[in-house]
Amino acid sequence: MKFRLDEDQQQLQATIGKILAADRIQPRVRAVIDGKKAWDEETWQELVEFGLTAIIVPEENDGMGLSLIELAICAEELGRSTAAVPFLGHVLATIAIVEGGSEEQKARLLPGLASGEVLGSIALTEGNDTWAPADWRMAPEGTTISGRKRNVPNGDIAQLVVVGIEGGRLGVVEMAKPGVSCETFECLDLTRPICSIDFDKAEVELLQNGPAAATRVWDAALALLSADAYGGAWKITEMARDYVQVREAFGAKLAEFQAIKHQLANVVVEVEPTRGLYWFAAYTYARMPEKASHAVSLAKAQTTEVYDICARMCTELHGGIGFTWEFDAHVWLKRAMFDTAWGGRPQRLFLRATEFVDW
Amino acid sequence: MDLSYSEENEEFRAKLQEFLKENWPLPESIGDLKQREEEFRRRATEAGYMMRSIPKEYGGSEQPLDFLKGEIIREEIKKHGAPTEVVHIGTGRVVPVLLQHGTPEQKAYWIPPTVRREFMWCQGYSEPNAGSDLASLKTRAELVGDKWIINGQKIWSSGAHKYPFMVALIRTEPEDVAPRHKGISYFLLDLRQPGVEIRPIKQISGEPEFNEVFFTNAEAPIDAVVGGRGNGWNVSRMLLRYERAAFSGINWADHLIQRCVRTAKGTMRNGKPAIEDPAVRADIARLQARAMAMRYSAYRDMSMEAVGEPSGDYMMLQKLYLTEMLLKLDDITRDLLADDLMMMNPGIDTDGLKGNAKWVDASLQSLKIRIAGGSSNIQRNIIGERVLGLPRDGVGVNARSNREASK
Repeated sequence: MKFRLDEDQQQLQATIGKILAADRIQPRVRAVIDGKKAWDEETWQELVEFGLTAIIVPEENDGMGLSLIELAICAEELGRSTAAVPFLGHVLATIAIVEGGSEEQKARLLPGLASGEVLGSIALTEGNDTWAPADWRMAPEGTTISGRKRNVPNGDIAQLVVVGIEGGRLGVVEMAKPGVSCETFECLDLTRPICSIDFDKAEVELLQNGPAAATRVWDAALALLSADAYGGAWKITEMARDYVQVREAFGAKLAEFQAIKHQLANVVVEVEPTRGLYWFAAYTYARMPEKASHAVSLAKAQTTEVYDICARMCTELHGGIGFTWEFDAHVWLKRAMFDTAWGGRPQRLFLRATEFVDW
Repeated sequence: MDLSYSEENEEFRAKLQEFLKENWPLPESIGDLKQREEEFRRRATEAGYMMRSIPKEYGGSEQPLDFLKGEIIREEIKKHGAPTEVVHIGTGRVVPVLLQHGTPEQKAYWIPPTVRREFMWCQGYSEPNAGSDLASLKTRAELVGDKWIINGQKIWSSGAHKYPFMVALIRTEPEDVAPRHKGISYFLLDLRQPGVEIRPIKQISGEPEFNEVFFTNAEAPIDAVVGGRGNGWNVSRMLLRYERAAFSGINWADHLIQRCVRTAKGTMRNGKPAIEDPAVRADIARLQARAMAMRYSAYRDMSMEAVGEPSGDYMMLQKLYLTEMLLKLDDITRDLLADDLMMMNPGIDTDGLKGNAKWVDASLQSLKIRIAGGSSNIQRNIIGERVLGLPRDGVGVNARSNREASK
């Protein structure tokens, strides 16, 4: 009985942490924020070479055959770094096929996703607040689908998208095929732009075990966003911690004022315990699937709510500079807001968690 | 990561179930209920199910740290309705300190009767002018011949009116020893003597749990000091960490959540049980998320410590996290109680829902634990300074010692 990272997992975290080190990544994030680049292709290539996209893919499909625990550890580091890479959509599309594809579908679709040659994304919700498989209304007509899917992460650069279909089924659509168009918007979180995809009699291939996989995909999203939130929350807390030890007012460092110290202590006391929560969420997903929906719902709701309040408190501690575009605090704040909303708002997920208790 | 109940653990559970079946309930020939409970606990300790962290030579069962087995024991005893291990200051704090800092003679003298609960303990740390600023305490002990002569006053000693032994922090070195905490020693005292006067303090809940304890030329043998003269601060810090690390807080949180669910089931709102109200359900789920965060953070901490990995700062945060959670719990139960909140014993000596009296008391008690064992604001200082590395407060004695440190 143990609840710690083994040596391989520690190694994984250290290695991806080096790739995503702030001094390497922050200038690249800044280029995206300032509109000089649409996304951070350079970092994504490094992550693909490192094997990020192969982690969750079974070995027989050219992957590493690891679990969501390893992927969540990476998500923590991505959240910490705010790297502007299409991780979320890609790994969820991958997980959808791992969980829902027939052997033939997996053999055909997964190697390209594992190697990063094909970029995937995931299209679940149609309206506002319709993330649950039971909410999906898009119905196939023969082998085509029509209608609009919203909040698709990096949908504009994806080549393949996994679509949620009525009855909790899942289908694969190639973005290059006729009848598929993508509409982009001005998004809050510029590191993970979302778009809408319109399907007009677009060709779709249903995943064989879709209904069983749909909940798993949603649950995986919730666990990964929890990890992202934990990583991001600690990083912006460290930024505030460092800032208050440099910035002076009234002839003293801000950190010398107890009000400042207590504000940061209040943040840390909320943030640090969410690590155990996201670990447990990822662990249940990988090893105790019957407990996963409960744990991931609580974890995502709690961890992202904490991230949001943490990002606000830490931005506030920076004073006026914190509210400027030039200063990076808003990158974390906006990721916190994205993490809170994508996949389902906290109140709804807290309520979802109660579907799995005996009260 | 591996939280699965291995085959070994399942065997452990089966053996425990067998033990429980054979040993509880015990026949009335053994004695009254209290005696039967004690006999059960004695047997459970002998079988390795209680007092697991205490060596056998001192009356424990000396089992390797295994929090999953600890969980199994807790679950099965609860399911079986058998008596649980009694958590008290003696085994929770005094024994761990003695195991780490005591001499062989001290261990042999104090630990076995404490384990058997023949020696029950209260705590004498705070003084009227030394609460959060504990290092300013003034109660003194002078060594006269081979005896300590003690004068001064302690306060907030829970249970001193019924427990004969006190673990106390007392100044043994001259006033001008700097820093201040270097002059303090850790004492084990017998309060049953003429030089000790105990006055109960009535709490806001109406109970006389706290006491003032006055020492007027009270005596203690020379070996009443644990861990060496002037080393009491370090010894007690270990104690405080132990107190904060206690798993009992997490189990207690889980227990309160379950009780909150029962209350919500029994409380009617708009003609329906309140538990059917989505807002109530989500609120309770919020508490569950926090309890889950605590449990798995503690598992992580202990798993890492067990293999010698630095586990970070979670254990330093847990007390504040728990007390903040209790505040949120209080929000929920206050709303469920509605008018019953205005009575001390609703459902018992007045109208109202049976069980609500417990919540009124719990609501008051949750404030006590925000103050006791390092108040929430002291916790925030500790977190700011030790977790985040922020500077110490710059007022009062700290200003002086900060100035000296910077010289």
